[in-house]
Amino acid sequence: MSQQEVFERVVKILTPYVKNHGALDGVAMGTHILDDLKVNSARLVDVVLEFEDAFDIEIADDDVDTVQTVGDAVTLIEGKIS
Amino acid sequence: MTRDDRTRVVITGMGVVAPNGNSPHDFALALRKGRSGIRVHERMLECEFGSRVAGVPRGVDEIASATFDEDELMAMNSGHRFASIAALDAWRDGGLPRPEPDDDSAVDWGSGCVIGTGIGGMDTTGERLVPLTNAKKVRRLGSTAVEQVMASGISARVGGLLALGNQVTTNSSACSTGTEAIYEGVLRIRRGLADRMLCGGAEGESHYIWAGFDAMRVLCRRFNDEPERASRPMSASAGGFVAGCGAGVVLLESLASARTRGAHIYAEVAGGDVNCGGQRGGGSMTAPNPDGVRRCIRAALADAAVDAGEVGAINGHLTATGADPREVSAWAAALERKPGHLPPITSTKSMIGHTLGAAGAIESIACVLMLHEGFVHPSINCEDVHPEIEPHAASIPHEALELPGLEVIVKAGFGFGDVNACLVFRKWSD
Repeated sequence: MSQQEVFERVVKILTPYVKNHGALDGVAMGTHILDDLKVNSARLVDVVLEFEDAFDIEIADDDVDTVQTVGDAVTLIEGKIS
Repeated sequence: MTRDDRTRVVITGMGVVAPNGNSPHDFALALRKGRSGIRVHERMLECEFGSRVAGVPRGVDEIASATFDEDELMAMNSGHRFASIAALDAWRDGGLPRPEPDDDSAVDWGSGCVIGTGIGGMDTTGERLVPLTNAKKVRRLGSTAVEQVMASGISARVGGLLALGNQVTTNSSACSTGTEAIYEGVLRIRRGLADRMLCGGAEGESHYIWAGFDAMRVLCRRFNDEPERASRPMSASAGGFVAGCGAGVVLLESLASARTRGAHIYAEVAGGDVNCGGQRGGGSMTAPNPDGVRRCIRAALADAAVDAGEVGAINGHLTATGADPREVSAWAAALERKPGHLPPITSTKSMIGHTLGAAGAIESIACVLMLHEGFVHPSINCEDVHPEIEPHAASIPHEALELPGLEVIVKAGFGFGDVNACLVFRKWSD
């Protein structure tokens, strides 16, 4: 799976949780999930469960803490599926 | 006692999600026609309940999808959906705008809510919380389990949707919950602590909620093949109540606030009362002390400054259990009416079943609609009036009564714990 494909699936999973829909127009690897997309921090738990299901991976709690940007999520997932 | 515009409380909006209608308009039409919302319930059938029929609002998923964002829906169980739809409808019916989710200036410090529930989010508990926990998959619960099972989850959800800044809470007093919630809102406005309160109750759709009642053998088992005939309050062939769910929410407002903003007024909540029979004198965890019931009704009338003789109609608790005859006797005693002189007495549950924590709220909305439109809805399925109620049989409407002069209607609800709640509604006329 290419990085672009992972990126697109990550954005698709994030989309229902996004409160700042305008930020989705220019979403990029550097887009901050909480600060830019305004995802409720409590909902990151659900986002991570969806990542696990979508990519058939397991994400440890410590790994979750490293995810701040869309790119962080993409990198983490790529590391798990490679 | 004399009340001024700041301490008189009126209803300026209503929202209802009921088994036989999902808007005040549709609900009023169904009530007038005596239309039952009781159907066979598949999960009760699968799980081999004794009672296999229930009153469940239809078409709610479609309304919810059109009303809430995807992530909001993921955090809402059935009770949340019912309550949120009813609250939003009441708010908009009252002429108030739904605030934008990201508008930090939208907090309305003068408006709050008391939206109760009898049992709570048992669908979440039964279908996710317990199975996932027992399967050692706690982390799979995600972030929304707490807000769906906490007792105050429904009021918390509504508070966020409407940026309410006043008191936001959930009350719980079994089957008197919805009636009590409205009374609590009235008191808060009378005290000058809030301008507007969204008040009512909600109960979710879950056979887990109803299983305990089925085990108690208080649900109707004899009409599983004829669902629309199953809820039979005041009938000789009544065999227990029919499970139900839904929500009702009214927008309460001080008369001063309603007048200032030119709001349409449906009715006045002239008075109310709540009490407990102390589980003595015939009262118990599951049965009301008749003296407590009588006192509650009398106190509500006194609070409303309404003479017993002015009561034009009664919307009883009347669930279709063995308590119905005692309730009718208590009404007659409280209103000091002899047989043949009791005002029309009707049971909304005959059409929608017993919606538990939502019952008092949905049925209060039925009262307001009846006052507003000048009719009393039929109490269906009691052609064979219970022998002990027979002396009052002439007061039971089997078809809608057109009563354009109806001025006062009294609603009472009673709950496990021997708790009682009563409201007196008065027709509004400027």
